[in-house]
Amino acid sequence: MSPASRPPATSAFCLTLVRRQLTLAVRRPVDIGNPLLFFAMVVALFPLGLGPAPDKLADFAPGILWIIALLSSLLSSDTVFRSDFEDGSLEQLLLAPQPLYLSVLAYILAHWLITGALLALVSPLFAVMINLPSAAIPALVCALALGTAVLSLVGGIGAALTVGLKRGGMLISLLILPFYMPVLIFGSAAVRQAALGAPAAPYLAILGAMLCLAIALAPLAIAAGLRISVDA
Amino acid sequence: MWSFFHKLGSPPWLFGIAGSILRWLLPITLVALAVGLVWGLLFTHPDFRQGNSYRIIYIHVPAAVVALAGYYVMAIAGAVSLVWKMKMADVAMRACAPIGAALTFIALVTGSIWGKPTWGTWWVWDARITSMLILLFLYLGVVALYEAYDNKEAAGKACAVLSLVGTVNIPIIYKSVDWWYSLHQPASIRFTGGSTIDASMLYPLLLMIVAFYCLFTCCLLMNMRAELVEREARTNWVRKLARAGEARA
Repeated sequence: MSPASRPPATSAFCLTLVRRQLTLAVRRPVDIGNPLLFFAMVVALFPLGLGPAPDKLADFAPGILWIIALLSSLLSSDTVFRSDFEDGSLEQLLLAPQPLYLSVLAYILAHWLITGALLALVSPLFAVMINLPSAAIPALVCALALGTAVLSLVGGIGAALTVGLKRGGMLISLLILPFYMPVLIFGSAAVRQAALGAPAAPYLAILGAMLCLAIALAPLAIAAGLRISVDA
Repeated sequence: MWSFFHKLGSPPWLFGIAGSILRWLLPITLVALAVGLVWGLLFTHPDFRQGNSYRIIYIHVPAAVVALAGYYVMAIAGAVSLVWKMKMADVAMRACAPIGAALTFIALVTGSIWGKPTWGTWWVWDARITSMLILLFLYLGVVALYEAYDNKEAAGKACAVLSLVGTVNIPIIYKSVDWWYSLHQPASIRFTGGSTIDASMLYPLLLMIVAFYCLFTCCLLMNMRAELVEREARTNWVRKLARAGEARA
């Protein structure tokens, strides 16, 4: 085998995958904008539903922000593998000599960068809109950054299992919302503690532990799910 | 040993053995249920504080215990079918989900009926109630995923992966809901602690738990037989079975 036809090294392969997903997203900026727009709109719904009293909104703000982050991550996770499944490049990925574990991780990383990380970066804006105390904003950004990474990984499992199905959209939320609950509990607790002036670090540490566990195990489940969906 | 393992993979053999287990397990289950219910509902003393309303414990606790155990049965069956590609484990896993969902639902309903006279409310966002509710969602998720696939073999594999993911997650969910509860609410209502259960109430309860385990096994075997016949509808042994049934009728 000549050096030119040797398969690329795994790290280079994964980097290429991440770059490809990011390029695809940048070429279709609507895909990046939609989750953010969704976030902004739902934030606007809560004052309309709960009443505009600033102190009441501030009480509910940690929970509101986290639930919206959950929903927007849920809605975008359906699309992680779908277009690649439809045009057949997913099958090529499964056949590639590089370990599927790492290439799946690359997909999820790209998805998190486009949705979760971006959401964490713009969340202070929305936090101010619903009166979250400014002391809690750093905790909110950190908690969202860590938590949405877990959500992307768990959502990837649901996406992998339902990618072959025509009516996957509603199903994926039934499958993975129960697994989102621990993230919701600790994420909103971190923000609430920071809003009260207590240290948020313990909660962030637990979110970090969840992230480590999810990085270790979720790609296995995603890889298994993709193989099942492509075979089916 | 190995021949037993291979026989497990044969649908007609499994159908037959499940039938012969049912023949003696079903009467035992019915007797245990009847004895446990009559003993618990009629012959135990009323509770010192709760009066007669506590008697629902003889349904509530066994249903909750077996509902939890059922998830692990489902996950283990799923793991077996993924690792050893054993089709029959797949059938068992598929049969577990609706039974587990029904038991979880029974536990939730009886719990809320019990809650009304003792706590004065139908529903409390208590840690255990919340975890049971999440368990119900996990079961229903498995059922929904199975029904969504047209290819039933792929459906079985997908459900196996999902139930394994659930197994890893259940301890995390339980711990975090526990934490959330202690963080969130004052301990106004206590489930556990305080009084331990008296022996005269404990024995019928233990009998009911055993009876519910037997009931779970019976339902599982019946479900498996139904699933086997449905999957193998085009094979000779099912046709023979159907003809024999017609002849008897």
